[in-house]
Amino acid sequence: MTEIREVTVEELHHLVSDRAQNGETMLLNMGPQHPATHGVLRLLLELDGEIVVNAVPDIGFLHTGVEKNMEAKTYQKAEVMTDRLDYLNPIGNNLVYCLALEKLLELDVPPRAQVLRVLLAELTRLGSHLLWLGTSALDLGAMSVFLYSMREREIVLDIFEMVSGQRMMTTYIRPGGLWRDTPPEFEDAVTSLLRLTPRRIDEYESLLNKNPLFLERTKGIGVINVEQCRQWGITGPVVRAAGLPYDLRKVRPYSGYEQYDFDIPTATGGDVFSRYLVRTAEMRQSLRIVEQALRKLQPGAVRSNNRKYVPPPRSELSTSMEAVIHHFKLWTEGFPVPAEGVYQAIESPRGELGVYLEGDGGPKPLRVHYRTPSFSNLQIMPLLSRGHFIADLVGIIASIDIVLGDTDR
Amino acid sequence: MNEKIQAAVNGLAERFGLEAREFRGEASIYVQPRQVVEVARVLRDAYGFDMLVDITAVDYWQQRSPRFQVVVQLVSMVHHQVIRLRVGVEDNAPVVPTLEQVFPNANWYEREVFDMFGIRFEGHSDLRRIIMPYDWEGHPLRKDYPLGYEEPQFSFNKDEVMVRKPHPKE
Repeated sequence: MTEIREVTVEELHHLVSDRAQNGETMLLNMGPQHPATHGVLRLLLELDGEIVVNAVPDIGFLHTGVEKNMEAKTYQKAEVMTDRLDYLNPIGNNLVYCLALEKLLELDVPPRAQVLRVLLAELTRLGSHLLWLGTSALDLGAMSVFLYSMREREIVLDIFEMVSGQRMMTTYIRPGGLWRDTPPEFEDAVTSLLRLTPRRIDEYESLLNKNPLFLERTKGIGVINVEQCRQWGITGPVVRAAGLPYDLRKVRPYSGYEQYDFDIPTATGGDVFSRYLVRTAEMRQSLRIVEQALRKLQPGAVRSNNRKYVPPPRSELSTSMEAVIHHFKLWTEGFPVPAEGVYQAIESPRGELGVYLEGDGGPKPLRVHYRTPSFSNLQIMPLLSRGHFIADLVGIIASIDIVLGDTDR
Repeated sequence: MNEKIQAAVNGLAERFGLEAREFRGEASIYVQPRQVVEVARVLRDAYGFDMLVDITAVDYWQQRSPRFQVVVQLVSMVHHQVIRLRVGVEDNAPVVPTLEQVFPNANWYEREVFDMFGIRFEGHSDLRRIIMPYDWEGHPLRKDYPLGYEEPQFSFNKDEVMVRKPHPKE
């Protein structure tokens, strides 16, 4: 074991104010093992009584070396690791990786797969926002919202299990389409979710919107404006809550989002409460998109027919020699990818989720870099928390909606 | 290539003599380390690429020279376009000036690149490791850094493997 050494104030001099040197303010360590940090976030707090003077985030406790590991695997095998980054948005992580790979390879995706991708990405957003709503309300002391929202999230996870066999780590979206077609009961399950959820969102709103304790602890807390968001590269619900309708599904559409009719909810406050309003409104918009996607859904192929990159269906393996060869080649050697780099971004529930993918002409990536919204949005923690009570810090962390698997990768 | 990106590429070629490459509709501009701050400032102020979304690096160990390329993605929130800067960095003293003065959020991205690749950013306000533990040795995403593995233990060789394990034993 390496020796554990105590850190002195002198070593932290560039992170804390001068008042910490003579003991006027107190340094307090919050996390990494703290239920309200939504994972393993550590914050070094400088406190003046109960007021936060500065908050220095320290991340890396959930670093899993995914980017390094992906470089040692073929493109198909590397995809499995992407689920584990942002574990509340597995479909989005798969989607952005596959979109980048398809851009590199110029691989086609059949229309049914496109629609199903959008449908599932929106369900993921719904599930992620539901978990966010539950946990952040729980952090502020509203226990019952957590129980209800987890109940609805279960329905979303059941649908994922139905289509992919997995509740969270789905790896359902594959380069060139999807893993397989949906089971026959899928459409009924989505229809019943569409019927149920809007009523349930009304229920959450009735629990929170006029709740004086909730309003007291969210209004005017952690305010940020559009200009600061632009400077600090903040995307997602945080910038929309500040008043800018910036959503990649509209401004740089992918997977056919331009064919759907939906609004981008915004608020004007830029505080914790505005972010709550934006996210609940987004849940309703997601349901609108899901409904349109379900109407659009036509029977057809869900995987590209390009056998150089996409494995043939199982049924062909017993009849076609060529299919056996393709199957063998794809799962042992993999497919070559041009030695070029591309950047692809999607709107994840937390903001701009980008992937920079560079091939080296062989079957393994030279570099996969995930530009994760949690990482960049967490940077403004000090900016948001200065001058607030330590109790409000919990609400601010929750309102940025970080996932530590996403920040640390 | 989009006309807004084309305008930026042409403008930079004229002013700094920079080369650009297009692939699948995305433009990459090749920049020398000493020019990068000025180029980023011009892109932000004159061409509307006002948000920095990502800084990362690629290691071409034993493949290309210069060994590293720092890859910067800039987004225009007005024109909704992405442009990429690629900064070649030599192996022996990988140093790039920091972009912090132009885009404050470069802070964490540059710390990550320093942590993972050992590329130093000159003038950075807080260049510490961000993801790996502060006393970590080496830079994990370099190609000459081994991936590492853990030997599986079974009942017949449990003690034998335990002796070889590089982890704390007490």
